[in-house]
Amino acid sequence: MAGLKTPFYQLHVDAGARMVDFGGWEMPINYGSQIDEHHAVRTDAGMFDVSHMTIVDVTGANAKAYLQKLLANDVAKLTESGKALYSGMLNEAGGVIDDLITYYINDQFYRVVVNASTREKDLKWMTEQAAPFGVKVEHNPNFAMLAIQGPNAIAKTQQVLTPKQQQDSANLGVFFAVESEGFFIARTGYTGEDGYEIMVPLAAVDKFWNALVAAGVKPCGLGARDTLRLEAGMNLYGNDMDESVSPLTANMGWTISWEPADRDFIGRAALTAQKEQGVTHKLAGLVLEGKGVLRSQMKVIAEDGSEGVVTSGTMSPTLKKSIGLARISKTAGDTVMVDIRGKQVPAKVVKPCFVRKGEALV
Amino acid sequence: MSDIPSELKYASSHEWARLEEDGSVVVGITDHAQALLGDVVYVELPEVEAEVSAGDEVAVVESVKAASDIYAPISGTVLEVNENLEDSPEMVNSDSYGDGWMFKIQPSDLAELEELLDAEAYGESIADE
Repeated sequence: MAGLKTPFYQLHVDAGARMVDFGGWEMPINYGSQIDEHHAVRTDAGMFDVSHMTIVDVTGANAKAYLQKLLANDVAKLTESGKALYSGMLNEAGGVIDDLITYYINDQFYRVVVNASTREKDLKWMTEQAAPFGVKVEHNPNFAMLAIQGPNAIAKTQQVLTPKQQQDSANLGVFFAVESEGFFIARTGYTGEDGYEIMVPLAAVDKFWNALVAAGVKPCGLGARDTLRLEAGMNLYGNDMDESVSPLTANMGWTISWEPADRDFIGRAALTAQKEQGVTHKLAGLVLEGKGVLRSQMKVIAEDGSEGVVTSGTMSPTLKKSIGLARISKTAGDTVMVDIRGKQVPAKVVKPCFVRKGEALV
Repeated sequence: MSDIPSELKYASSHEWARLEEDGSVVVGITDHAQALLGDVVYVELPEVEAEVSAGDEVAVVESVKAASDIYAPISGTVLEVNENLEDSPEMVNSDSYGDGWMFKIQPSDLAELEELLDAEAYGESIADE
C-alpha cells in the first residue's frame, strides 16, 4: 500500500497507532483504544491529525462574488477577519458536492477547507466555476492540520503556544480564526466540544505535536473522531450526504442562505423546485432501544409503512447506547423499527444531536 | 505479537476451541481477532440448545468499527453462552481466552476438533495476512 502520508505520519507510528487506509491516506484509526480516546475528548483533551483535509485559498478581486455563487451559504455574512462559515457546495441539481468551512481573511482572500476524499473533484469543480470570476483557486500545501478538542483543549494548547500566539488567540470567539506567527488558529471542531483546529507550518509539526503530548493532550484516531462527530450529530460526507442528496434532506437546511433572493448560488433553482414540490424526507437521529448496533445501510421501517435508511451508526461511548443518523420520511413517528440482520429492533426518533459539551441530550 | 496459547485449537476464521474435562468445548475469538476488531461494544450470542454445524454463523461481534460474524468451529448443541458479555463486552478485548469466552458446545463429533488448526498452524496462517 503506497498511501499518502501526512506530516504527522512518523509521530503516529511512534505513538503506536494502528494505521489504516482512509481515502488514499494512511491515517491512525486508534492508538490502542478508540473508546479511551473518545472519553479523553469528552472529559479532557485529545488531538487529531486532520492534515489530509484540503486547504484551498481563494484570492482575487471577485473572490466574494465567486463564493456567493459557489456556496449555498452566503459569505456576505462574513465581515470580521477570521470569521468562519459552514456551507454546502452544491451541483446544479442541488446535490451536495462537499461540505466545507470558509474563513474570511478579507474581501479578496478567503481560505476554504474541504474534505480529504473529495479533494480532486472539489478542486476541479471550484476551478471550473472560478473561470468567469478571474479568481485564483489554489490548493495550499504549506500546512499540516491538527484538531485539539475537549473541555481542557484550549487551556492545554495555550500552554504550548508562543506568548504572541497566546495573546492573539486568547479571546478568539467560537467559529473565528487568527493568523499568528505562521500558525492559523481556529476555534472550530468536529466533536461537539470546545477546542481548536490549527494549521501548523510544516517545519513546526514535530515540535508542536510533542509539546501537546507533554501538556497532556491525548492522540486520538479516526475511530474516535467518528464516534465523537456522530454523538454531536454532525454529518460525514459520503455517509450522511453526497451528490445524490439534497441538503434539505441532510439536516443542512440551516446552511442555505435564501436571502437576498437575487443571490443565484449554484443549486438554488433545484432547491427552490424541491421546496415547491414539498420535501418528503429528513435526516433524523435514532437511539436504539433494543439490543444491537446501528450501522449505515440498515433499513428503517416507520409505523406508517414508509421506509428509510440508516446513514451512520455506532455504539455511543458516552451514552452507552447505539445511536445513528437515518434518512426517513417526515411522516415517520416517534418510534421506528430498524432491520438488524433480519430482526426488527425499535429505535426512538430524536433530533440529530446526542451529546454536546460532555452532556447527554437524549 | 499475538498471544496464541498452545493448548487450544483454532479455526482459520479466528475462533479458538478448548476441550473441557466434561467433554464440552468452549469457544471464543483469538487475541489476533480482537486486536483487529478494536473495542468490542456488543456480542450477539447463539440461543442455548441451538443445534449448530461447523462453519455456521452463530454469533456476531460488534466492535466500534463493524459487525463481524463468528462461526461455530465444530458441530453440536449450544450448552451455555457467556451472559457476562452483555454488560461487559470489553472482556473480549481484555481477556479473549478467559473471561471473554463466548459459548460452550456439546460436540456431536469430537473428531472435528482434531481437524482444526493447532497453535503453530494458526500462527502461520495469520502471519500470511
